[in-house]
Amino acid sequence: MGLLAELTHRCPLGCPYCSNPVALEKRGDELDTATWQRVMREAAALGVLQLHLSGGEPAARRDLEEILATAAAEGLYTNLITSGVLLDRARLNALVAAGLNHVQLSIQHAEAEAADRIAHFQGAHARKLALAEQVREAGLALTINAVLHRGNLGAVAEMIALAEQLGAGRLEIAHTQYHGWALRNRAALMPEPAQVEESRRIVTEARQRLEGRLVIDFVAPDYHATRPKACMGGWGRRFLNVSPSGAVLPCHAAETIPGLRFDRVTERSLADIWYGSEAFNRFRGTDWMPEPCRSCDRREVDWGGCRCQALALTGDAARTDPVCALSPDHAAVAGVLAEPAGEALVWRR
Amino acid sequence: MSTVPSLAPQVRLRHDAARGQWVLLAPERVVVLDEIAHAILSRVDGRATIEEIAAALAQDYEAPVTEIVADVREALEDLHRKGMVRL
Repeated sequence: MGLLAELTHRCPLGCPYCSNPVALEKRGDELDTATWQRVMREAAALGVLQLHLSGGEPAARRDLEEILATAAAEGLYTNLITSGVLLDRARLNALVAAGLNHVQLSIQHAEAEAADRIAHFQGAHARKLALAEQVREAGLALTINAVLHRGNLGAVAEMIALAEQLGAGRLEIAHTQYHGWALRNRAALMPEPAQVEESRRIVTEARQRLEGRLVIDFVAPDYHATRPKACMGGWGRRFLNVSPSGAVLPCHAAETIPGLRFDRVTERSLADIWYGSEAFNRFRGTDWMPEPCRSCDRREVDWGGCRCQALALTGDAARTDPVCALSPDHAAVAGVLAEPAGEALVWRR
Repeated sequence: MSTVPSLAPQVRLRHDAARGQWVLLAPERVVVLDEIAHAILSRVDGRATIEEIAAALAQDYEAPVTEIVADVREALEDLHRKGMVRL
């Protein structure tokens, strides 16, 4: 079981594919240190094993070390999901001392100029490369994360080579998932089918070549698929997300779903919310499912797919994920793919 | 040739009290261990060879070491492919 703790929505980068909500939470609404520390203790007691400290940029919180230390003391496996640009060697060493296990560092492209343009931050790429080396020297596990879209899909092979060169143990190559800022920028980010196929071939080849040296996790593009993913491993099954202000969500985009009330860690305990809240029970299991999911052999494989994607494409979060070829709404996906490519990107801010 | 297996950096062997099981924790991975896998991994310390680990297990389980060594090797090679064990 995993907890994604979004410590803040603040981030120095402006990536247009960001999955944070378009209406970002403000600094003044963020949970305080003691509340986050309580969340860590409650998560461990609930059976959470993996903690992902994320954001925004989690290092924007000055109390990151204190929150991390509590989590590590509770035995959680700690992962810092970072843009890298706010971390120097001294801060990294403080995080190591607090008990950090793993750093997941984003890159936007394999070449500095293109990467900095996507990140909307001059000099970001060079700082990331420097941090990767420091992470390795500190003896931490390193994952390189690259989110794919039309603007960098041609550089997949180069990004794999960069991860290898940086000494990463794991590479996560994830096609953009269209929530938040990414949904707003969908027309400008959506790749061509031929590009998608080529990237799939490159990743498959690299995975075989690098077996035992570099673990490659590939997140396939949703809109070019015929079966949906088990989003978050199924709603309320093995994952929870706490937003900067303390809303507990079954996935990081769930707040886009109208009519669902999300309880806060300031009101109820994490266990109470996990087992008893309306939001976690709304799409848990198979009872909520419409046809064709309800009688489908795959209902406990993909759990009906992604609720937020169903909402984004049909206006109703309770329908079968339209990515599924069996969905009566599957034509909506083809409709999006047939839309003319957009040019203008809106930078996250 | 005697191979000395070790856990990959930042891979942790941990008891999962909530579910009453042993797990191997790594970046984005949780591997639930059965009794045999736990017995093998609890002897992986970066010093013992595969043969020494197998010999210890053969004694504990009163089984022929020739069979055990193949099982140990197979289990560790599987975890090696997953990036969790260095061989």
